[in-house]
Amino acid sequence: MLGISWFASAKSEETLKALGAEPTWEQLTSYIKITPDNVVKIFSPNPEFGQNVMTSLPMLIAEELDIDFKSVQVEQANYSLALYNRQFTGGSQSIRQAWKLLRTAGASARQMILTAASQEWNVPIAELTTANGMVMNSFSGKSATYGSFATAASKLPVPKDIVLKGNKNFKLLGTPQKNVEGPKIVKGQPLFGMDYQVPGMLIAMTERPPAFGMRLKSFDATAAKKMPGIVDIFPIQVYEPTQKLAMFDTRTFNEVIAVVGKTTWDVMNARKALKVVWENAPETKELGMGGRDTIVPAGLESTTKHYAQMLEMDNKPGREERKDGDPEKAFAEAKHVIERTYTAPFLAHNIMEPTNTFAHVQGDKVKIVGPIQGPDMVATTVATRLGIPKENIEIQLARMGGGFGRRAYGHYMLEAVLISKQANAPVKLIYKREDDVSAGIYRPTYQMTYRAAFDENKLLTAMHIKGGGVSESPLHANRFPAGALDNYLAESWAIPSNITIGAFRAPRSNFNAAAEQSFLDEISEYMGKDPIAFRLELLQRAKDNPVGKSNDYDAARYMGVLELVRDKSGWGKPENAGKKRGVSAYFCHNSYAAQVIDLHVKDGQVMVDQVTSALDCGVVVNPEGAKNMAEGAAIDGIGNALFGRLSLTDGRTDQKNFDTYRMIRHNEAPKKIDVHFVQNEVDPTGLGEPPFPPIFGAMANALYKATGKRFYKQPFMDDIS
Amino acid sequence: MIKKFTVRINKKSHTVTVDENMPLLWVLRDILDMKGTKYGCGVGSCGACTVHLNGSAVRSCQLPISALANQDITTIEGLAEKGDHPVQKAWLDVDVAQCGYCQSGQIMSAAALLKSTPKPTEEDIENFMTGNICRCGTYTRIKKAILQAAASK
Repeated sequence: MLGISWFASAKSEETLKALGAEPTWEQLTSYIKITPDNVVKIFSPNPEFGQNVMTSLPMLIAEELDIDFKSVQVEQANYSLALYNRQFTGGSQSIRQAWKLLRTAGASARQMILTAASQEWNVPIAELTTANGMVMNSFSGKSATYGSFATAASKLPVPKDIVLKGNKNFKLLGTPQKNVEGPKIVKGQPLFGMDYQVPGMLIAMTERPPAFGMRLKSFDATAAKKMPGIVDIFPIQVYEPTQKLAMFDTRTFNEVIAVVGKTTWDVMNARKALKVVWENAPETKELGMGGRDTIVPAGLESTTKHYAQMLEMDNKPGREERKDGDPEKAFAEAKHVIERTYTAPFLAHNIMEPTNTFAHVQGDKVKIVGPIQGPDMVATTVATRLGIPKENIEIQLARMGGGFGRRAYGHYMLEAVLISKQANAPVKLIYKREDDVSAGIYRPTYQMTYRAAFDENKLLTAMHIKGGGVSESPLHANRFPAGALDNYLAESWAIPSNITIGAFRAPRSNFNAAAEQSFLDEISEYMGKDPIAFRLELLQRAKDNPVGKSNDYDAARYMGVLELVRDKSGWGKPENAGKKRGVSAYFCHNSYAAQVIDLHVKDGQVMVDQVTSALDCGVVVNPEGAKNMAEGAAIDGIGNALFGRLSLTDGRTDQKNFDTYRMIRHNEAPKKIDVHFVQNEVDPTGLGEPPFPPIFGAMANALYKATGKRFYKQPFMDDIS
Repeated sequence: MIKKFTVRINKKSHTVTVDENMPLLWVLRDILDMKGTKYGCGVGSCGACTVHLNGSAVRSCQLPISALANQDITTIEGLAEKGDHPVQKAWLDVDVAQCGYCQSGQIMSAAALLKSTPKPTEEDIENFMTGNICRCGTYTRIKKAILQAAASK
């Protein structure tokens, strides 16, 4: 192989297969496989749900491996405790957690190749260099592909104490790279769990109670079983009553009826013929979740009652989460107090690919294929439920058609496993869209009351934040503006509920930003200050002389995104004087985001003219993917702020599908979105969540400018006449 | 009632024996194993299942197989033999996709738009594409890609 150009020798896996040759893969670390013909494959460990980690994570490896990224094949890794550390998608942590780990893997493999080359050529490593998948000897002029050393390198131990490149030497990181799965996506190739199929596979759906607070009493499937294509109908109990719940387990609808048939259409029709008697469920106690027991109350709950309950809670003492100085005294002595209460409804995830999972149980072995953000939690839960070792569970990670937190909750995988076991067949469980919307795991309903005290000079002397929800509080007591105020009080409360709640893109932050950033805007106006200048003033205080030691943000980086968005949007410039614009900034999930939204309201419709986004996530690994994510967060945020709502009447959701659940559509998207990044060398953090929350605040503040009305209640569309 | 139907999909004839009310979506996905056309809502509200019927964009979840005899159906798999339709090329160039699930439907709608309106305005695009939902929020990139595809023709 010596001296042969890589370009001439490289053959794609497809070409090799077409030639009838199964490639011999040599494994170098858990993440890289190379054939002697120099085909390089990189395994992307984390589940992909549109945040583009299948491109950005392999980039980390390729940078240090020193290979042409365009020549690399990327493959989604399957769940493996033996090979990978943290196969979880959530909390905007993939890049942050992989930053050193995956670069080390790439550098280690390169080192192994260099060692093999030095042994084969009998020269010191110091004489060798690499570039684009080639090893070169600068003295002799010899060169060869990585592939030619793959077999020897794979037998070497993975080196320790690897030195990584300095940021200045990056050739790939920081360059825009297109989604590696793009060519498959545009051809509609079967990438998703929903698309998975094997011979003999049956389709299953589950019938669940029509309302939260109800459970199965009895059912008659005689007629439904006679329907065409129906194989079997039986009840399943998802978790054992005594099973300790693992993180992300939920048993709201624990007894469901499985309908199993040959096609989706057959199963959908048979469900209509089921005769089911539901009954009101008693109060139950959830075991274990986070080490706590949670009471799940009985009853059929309604949104109108939730809002009344939340107002009552606001009048009762809350749980003190943080107190600085003497806020009571400051409020007692205040010359003026502004108090505003903000609310937001439940939100359904509306992942475009409905919930689904393929499962095949054979004896004590389980195979699962499907969309999941945290496969390890599912493996633990399935192993516990079936009483089999975790090693017997194989999980193939399908590309997810959206996640946004919903697919962290893997109860549907356990359901599919139990159905396959009972049906003794490979089964794909599918939720209808109506199942997804009406029996979901929702962003909680929240309420937050902000109070600000002012002295006779309109100087801000104290702030009091009190927030809660159904059924958790959104409060982050140590977030800004905590740290910027001498007198500060944060209190929380929660209303128990049987409506299932869970993580939804930037949990809690997605509401806090709306409330906090609207309130800061309103009080800056009272004080006669520019909204950006006022925020910067508070942050300067937190930077120079912070109050308290538990503040969870970096004031300087917060200021950085505000200054960037101010400059890039031309904030305060005479040419923008006529624009109806609002600003907002927020920090969550380790990254900083600020946005300015320009909009106008015409004939009762909100038209967003422009979004200017400024982000600090440290090093931007893939600017193309990062921009796409920030643009999407803006559109998703605008949609949820204006239209997002899941409401309930007597335990039943009022919305069942996209004909009643309003989603943002093409004609409602912003005309223009500009995304800017703070340039620094801070280790990278994520972007799936951080650009999302501040959009809600920027919308509220821009709507105020356009309509003269402040917006306290989401969805904002309700108050636009 | 279960009957035999012959349908022409991507210029090829297929005979299936299914319930006469089975929507084309499930005939494609479950019977013919053509998974490019996606299930999103089943009520014609999201556009994920968009295919072409005699060249026009339709929601395959709303079309019973019994209504399709002797009509030409095109799915994402048949949009261009090599997957290089100007819309598909523009989608790659603009790097539109995030999760990608809705994109088959978006692409099929966009291709139908360009067939009827080769040089659409931004407003034409917004109005025509309104039936296709994307929760990831790729709308602005989709618009850019459609304009680019229109310019490339």
